[in-house]
Amino acid sequence: MKTFMNLVLLAAISVSASAAEVKLLNVSYDPTREFYTEYNAAFAKYWQAKTGDSVNVSQSHGGSGKQAQAVINGLDADVVTLALAYDIDAIAQQSHLLPANWQTRLPNNSTPYTSTIVFLVRKGNPKGIKDWDDVVKKSVSVVVPNPKTSGGARWAYLAAYAYALEKNNHDDAAARTFITKLYKNVPVLDSGARGSTVTFAKNGIGDVLLAWENEAHLALKEFGADNFEIVTPSLSILAEPPVAVVDKNAKRHHTTEVANEYLKYLYSDAAQEIAAKNFYRPRNEAVAAKYAANFTQLKLVTLDSEFGSWANAQKTHFADGGVFDQIYQSQ
Amino acid sequence: MTPAATTFHVPHQVAHRRTTSEPVFVRRALIGVALIFLSLFLFLPLVFVFTQAFAKGIGFYFETLRDPNAWSAIKLTLLAAIISVPLNCVFGVCAAWAIAKFDFRGKNILLTLIDLPFSVSPVIAGLIYVLVFGAQGWLGLYLNADNPHFPWLQNWLNDHNIKIIFAVPGIVLATIFVTFPFVARELIPLMQAQGRSEEEAARVLGASGWQTFWRVTLPNIKWGLIYGVILCNARAMGEFGAVSVVSGKIRGQTNTIPLHIEALYDDYNFTGAFAVASLLAFLALITLGVKTWVEHQQAKQEISK
Repeated sequence: MKTFMNLVLLAAISVSASAAEVKLLNVSYDPTREFYTEYNAAFAKYWQAKTGDSVNVSQSHGGSGKQAQAVINGLDADVVTLALAYDIDAIAQQSHLLPANWQTRLPNNSTPYTSTIVFLVRKGNPKGIKDWDDVVKKSVSVVVPNPKTSGGARWAYLAAYAYALEKNNHDDAAARTFITKLYKNVPVLDSGARGSTVTFAKNGIGDVLLAWENEAHLALKEFGADNFEIVTPSLSILAEPPVAVVDKNAKRHHTTEVANEYLKYLYSDAAQEIAAKNFYRPRNEAVAAKYAANFTQLKLVTLDSEFGSWANAQKTHFADGGVFDQIYQSQ
Repeated sequence: MTPAATTFHVPHQVAHRRTTSEPVFVRRALIGVALIFLSLFLFLPLVFVFTQAFAKGIGFYFETLRDPNAWSAIKLTLLAAIISVPLNCVFGVCAAWAIAKFDFRGKNILLTLIDLPFSVSPVIAGLIYVLVFGAQGWLGLYLNADNPHFPWLQNWLNDHNIKIIFAVPGIVLATIFVTFPFVARELIPLMQAQGRSEEEAARVLGASGWQTFWRVTLPNIKWGLIYGVILCNARAMGEFGAVSVVSGKIRGQTNTIPLHIEALYDDYNFTGAFAVASLLAFLALITLGVKTWVEHQQAKQEISK
């Protein structure tokens, strides 16, 4: 309670003392560049109308795990908007910059928008890729980022794994064989989702890109729908990219109030529309219904139902010596 | 006497004939191969950079360069170079002077240390600074410590929000590290070749240490020094790896020109990326021009001696 009062007091001081311009740093993951550029402008307008202050939000983008590591090492983020909860957990655990229960502070597990993993293939789908079974075929070359550094890559790995589990009556050994075959088909692991998209779309490497749904749509927009097409698998994972205020950094910058409002405003109708337009699945049902045509319906499993928790999935699959290390090194 | 003279004379003539009397087609083929190689791997990419840069017209080109984020990247790159080049210059002259003109214990260790940045990968160089100055490194842990030895220092640094890593000082430090050997490496062989006789003469004639340095040593190494500075500057502005690790890639704040190029490329703004890249290419061309001129001056100085 006392710290809360201090926060309020600090916020009050910072508001009364603040000059015309407030600065915020949003450390985010790779494919959110376009979304946050648009959202920052909308938020600045909203904040100016509400308080009279202008707010200037700086952006930093990269692989989600890499970005979390940078914040742990001192990158001065007021807010983090990363690809998955585990990366923000890591910040809370290793640097104590925000409380361990950060995910309960905002609605929907602090994830204002969701996404999933789909396939991007070359026009005409020359390799006939329809579902996950086609991706692991020997003749198919797959582009996906490195799960050690990229959040999207971890979602993609888990989506494939979840599919294999569902298909094989939750036989873990069969799922491992499946995922081993998948990564045998990967010629290059970029460190972030955007690097992989450039590798696939611009550099022409690979037959299929395992991509964030929003990233795949953006690639269609940027590189032309006459060059690529999106294939939606029968099953994928509900990817929840969460957001959080980095309390200690915000407190030191006297930006606690504006940082909190910055994240809350993500749930507003206006922001949900911006998210939907950038191909993130909005949480707001009215907005979701309005943009339903943008999003193919498919069976989405959750991380918690298939893998228990992020801590669990991280420990089993992505930690040093985990399943990913075993299957990728044994090649 | 005569046999000795003949044996000396013959190989000289043979060597002379071998270098010039290759058949014309061999000489032309060799020159042709060199030219094709150069144009394929150097000239074409350079042309490509500039054609891509202007692909969307000259208006788009200048719009990209006038963008606040691009402008901030240009300013940051210039700042890093303006700080690191003079520092390396002073260090390089001191180190070369010490190594070439004096004998002391540990000289070889010093030489090895100067070469260290050449042998260490720039990424490692960046990580070293993260480990030292990062929030989990010793300075960072000190800043966040609950019972610091100097609470006022901790408060002062935190209040003024002074940061090393993921901020401008870190970028400058990383740039200094990777450009460390350029000036020294250029000067050491030159000063060693010149020997110390001129300095010794100056001392005998009554010159002080400073007078000897300004009037004897510096004029002798002038062109070598300028050459080292040019190389150092080119590397400082073009450095990617080390800076990328310590930058945090905050747009408009900690992106240098190479990092801004990467960001634009990853934004699918390929023309914009090449527009900014053309600045670096232009810098390379200027560097090349000045370098040629300096080499010419150096050669003239050698002849006049």
